[in-house]
Amino acid sequence: MSKQLNLTLQVWRQNGPDEAGHFETYTAEGISEDMSFLEMLDTINEGLVQSGQTPIEFDHDCREGICGTCSLMINGQAHGQEKATTTCQLHMRKFNDGDTIVVEPFRARAFPVVRDLVVDRSSFDRIIEAGGYISVNTGAASDANLTPVPKEAADTSFDAAACIGCGACVAACPNSAAQLFTSAKLAHLNLIPQGQAQRFERTENMVETMESFFGSCTNHGECHEACPKDISLDFIAFMNRDYVKAKVKNRKLAGQT
Amino acid sequence: MATLDSKIPDGSIADKWENHKFSMKLVNPNNKRRFEIIVVGTGLAGASAAASLSELGYRVKVFTFHDSPRRAHSIAAQGGINAAKNYTNDGDSVHRLFYDTVKGGDYRSREANVHRLAEVSVNIIDQAAAQGVPFAREYGGLLDNRSFGGAQVSRTFYARGQTGQQLLLGAYQALAKQIAAGSVELHTRTELLDVVLKDGRACGIVTRDLVSGEVGSHSAHAVVLATGGYGNVYYLSTNAMASNVTAAWRAHRKGAFFANACYTQIHPTCIPASDEFQSKLTLMSESLRNDGRIWVPDTFDDSRSPNEVPEGERDYYLERKYPAFGNLVPRDVASRNAKTVVDQGKGVGTLKNGVYLDFADVIDRDGEDVVRAKYGNLFDMYENITGENPYKVPMRIYPAIHYTMGGVWVDYNLMTTIPGCYSIGEANFSDHGANRLGASALMQGLADGYFVLPYTIGDDLAGRLGEAVVPTDDPVFLEAEAAVNSQVDRFMSIGGTRSVDWFHRELGKIVWDYIGMERTKEGLEKALSEIPALEEEFWKDLRLLGSAATLNSSLEKAGRVADFFELAKLMARDALEREESCGGHFRAEHQTEEGEAQRDDENFAHVAAWEWTGADSVQTRHQEELIFENVALTQRSYK
Ligand SMILES: Cc1cc2nc3c(=O)[nH]c(=O)nc-3n(C[C@H](O)[C@H](O)[C@H](O)COP(=O)(O)OP(=O)(O)OC[C@H]3O[C@@H](n4cnc5c(N)ncnc54)[C@H](O)[C@@H]3O)c2cc1C
Ligand code: SF4
Ligand code: FES
Repeated sequence: MSKQLNLTLQVWRQNGPDEAGHFETYTAEGISEDMSFLEMLDTINEGLVQSGQTPIEFDHDCREGICGTCSLMINGQAHGQEKATTTCQLHMRKFNDGDTIVVEPFRARAFPVVRDLVVDRSSFDRIIEAGGYISVNTGAASDANLTPVPKEAADTSFDAAACIGCGACVAACPNSAAQLFTSAKLAHLNLIPQGQAQRFERTENMVETMESFFGSCTNHGECHEACPKDISLDFIAFMNRDYVKAKVKNRKLAGQT
Repeated sequence: MATLDSKIPDGSIADKWENHKFSMKLVNPNNKRRFEIIVVGTGLAGASAAASLSELGYRVKVFTFHDSPRRAHSIAAQGGINAAKNYTNDGDSVHRLFYDTVKGGDYRSREANVHRLAEVSVNIIDQAAAQGVPFAREYGGLLDNRSFGGAQVSRTFYARGQTGQQLLLGAYQALAKQIAAGSVELHTRTELLDVVLKDGRACGIVTRDLVSGEVGSHSAHAVVLATGGYGNVYYLSTNAMASNVTAAWRAHRKGAFFANACYTQIHPTCIPASDEFQSKLTLMSESLRNDGRIWVPDTFDDSRSPNEVPEGERDYYLERKYPAFGNLVPRDVASRNAKTVVDQGKGVGTLKNGVYLDFADVIDRDGEDVVRAKYGNLFDMYENITGENPYKVPMRIYPAIHYTMGGVWVDYNLMTTIPGCYSIGEANFSDHGANRLGASALMQGLADGYFVLPYTIGDDLAGRLGEAVVPTDDPVFLEAEAAVNSQVDRFMSIGGTRSVDWFHRELGKIVWDYIGMERTKEGLEKALSEIPALEEEFWKDLRLLGSAATLNSSLEKAGRVADFFELAKLMARDALEREESCGGHFRAEHQTEEGEAQRDDENFAHVAAWEWTGADSVQTRHQEELIFENVALTQRSYK
């Protein structure tokens, strides 16, 4: 029989984007240590339904740490205290019997609360739409092996591409900046040969769209600490360099760059 | 009554698609913008279709209940994607991929579709690589391949253990490009709740805005359903929590035949359930079977830790029974064998509900670093969930439902039996027959979306130039909206005592017990009496709280579970009528002496497509005969 925990939860409840929110206290008894954090919330919700209270809304889908849908500030930390772990992959064995756990939504101006713990992260999609792609229409590609990609570049590009778009970096940042997310997408595409044609246009557009939604980066590094995919801060430096180059190159002074 | 015309083109198998492409009508580039197309779903199938259609010039509206297109369940695919590139020079070809897929599907798929799939598979890799999908590469910078899921050639392209994620990001980014260009209109957190027909043809959809609760309509010249599979009818599955059958089912209720509902796939390598509260099962990629060895202790109820069981007291049952394929036998074979040993009482773990997948040999041979490079993220995931370190102790695995081969019936053009309504990706029944090979779902979803639908949809639209879309204040839309609203009201007013999750879990148990890995006439008949009884309870005793005018995920689930009830009954009926075993459908009454699936080609080499005949009557079963001209039907043998 696995260990059981008795917990107290303080959960943020908010009816809608324009309504005031507040904390509610719930007790969770007999929580198995094998449960994930979200299964623990499921259990609380089951109890709420039994006692006639509206269940807590929270975002989740794959519960495998890959879709980027789950969120939550757990005791003030995005995705909880475990390094490189999403909330859905956080297991109750990491908590102690008798703990009080504070659960809040990701907070940022660009992530308005939809309801309870659910927030709207569509500003991330706007950043991608600003240039987070390689323009190759279906059918226009040549044989894949005509473009060798040095393994190192491919691997680093992959490290960046592993970003799941969860927004923890923004939620953890004192300035609500989205540098880590944006730089991850930029590095994924800017590091490989296929991404070169649009490199500087992409960089300028994505960075400027990011700035229209999010705060500015003052190098706290909290984003990396919170990131469930361990996205490296180096990508931010890379983005900054490319942005400066873009500012020069995009002046379209042919031959002068 | 609609009839089943599969519209398979003439010609030899290798020429059919080429001939068809030439004979289909084209829509002039300037006229494409006069057509509106609705795509529901932004997984691999939906995102690739929406992007490609809009690149061609069609005006596209795309819908997803997720908060972003990138969240679709496709994101979770781990292992890889097949393509007949033959980059490894090991004898692969379009014909071999075709042959393997037909055979792997246990001869229950349409030859013509499968051949087309194999043909376009090579274009998918080119497209994805050009989009920047970071496939694994060799030191020379060229693409790496591995053998996967029982294939004897290395034709699987992969991106670490995150192939689905990377391919979906590629398709999502192509979609984002088109959204930015203003040619795709994106609707997130919006759920399709009905397909609307006018004069027998699809003219649009009814949706509910999941944030405001508002019900509204959208019209178009064609509707594409790319809404994924129905594995969550089992409650516990490897699917994402929100995956469901609603879009397909509501189309079914409006006239789309539903095919081969009983063909569901159990994946052999998932982490066994740990307790009652388990909300989903986690897949450990099949690629692990390339290097891991599956075994159970020889003795019953062995309580020793795995490392204490000496080599001589282990039963590597797959290697023993299938020396040629060993641990790489197809999924259904691997799964059933696991069930057999666990049912015999040789299961491992506290709940005795798993078998070992052991990496000791490969770690000895290649070292931990090599193993970490290949499977690091999977091993981490395993340790995170179970608290056990798979570098030191063998993993415990057990089969779980993973994929559904059945789905909306479509013809060769991917059109359903509702004219103007198409279905692509896992939502349709098309290419995998009774069993899907590993790394073939990603291939099919992207084939449909990038390279098939964009051609075939034009053939139908070309003749409709100048036809206006049906306005959304037409009575057909208003009636459909009223029906959706009244279902919402009905749910909210039941006022019973049990949560929607409770009903879902109970339904799942019935479906798993009787329509799971092994089916019997008796069990299926039981299912057909237990499911309706539970369903009646559901409609009487469901408790939904909160409001229908805000985000309310319990309300969303209620609609989905209501549809799962109806689907589960169809699955049981379909399984009952199919008096044979094939692929994922194993009827205990029909097995060979060796315990393998025993097909009945004489009577069952057909697709069963069911026609909705009203809520109070049983669907009508139609048959599409399958004709095999290029692959000889044999008993599968993996000895
Ligand atoms: C854990 C796991 C691993 C896998 N690994 C592999 C692998 O390695 N190789 C492989 O080939 N296959 C694999 N598969 C299978 C493969 O991932 C899926 O079959 C495939 O991705 C399905 O893609 P799709 O586009 O058809 O549907 P999905 O990706 O499921 O997308 C469905 C879309 O439809 C939307 N939707 C659904 N219903 C509605 C509605 N009513 N209203 C609005 N929107 C709706 C959803 O929001 C979503 O956008 C795996 C599956 C799982 C579960
Ligand atoms: S960079 Fe990390 S924290 Fe930020 S969105 Fe990506 S995965 Fe999430
Ligand atoms: S639910 Fe998908 S990452 Fe957590």
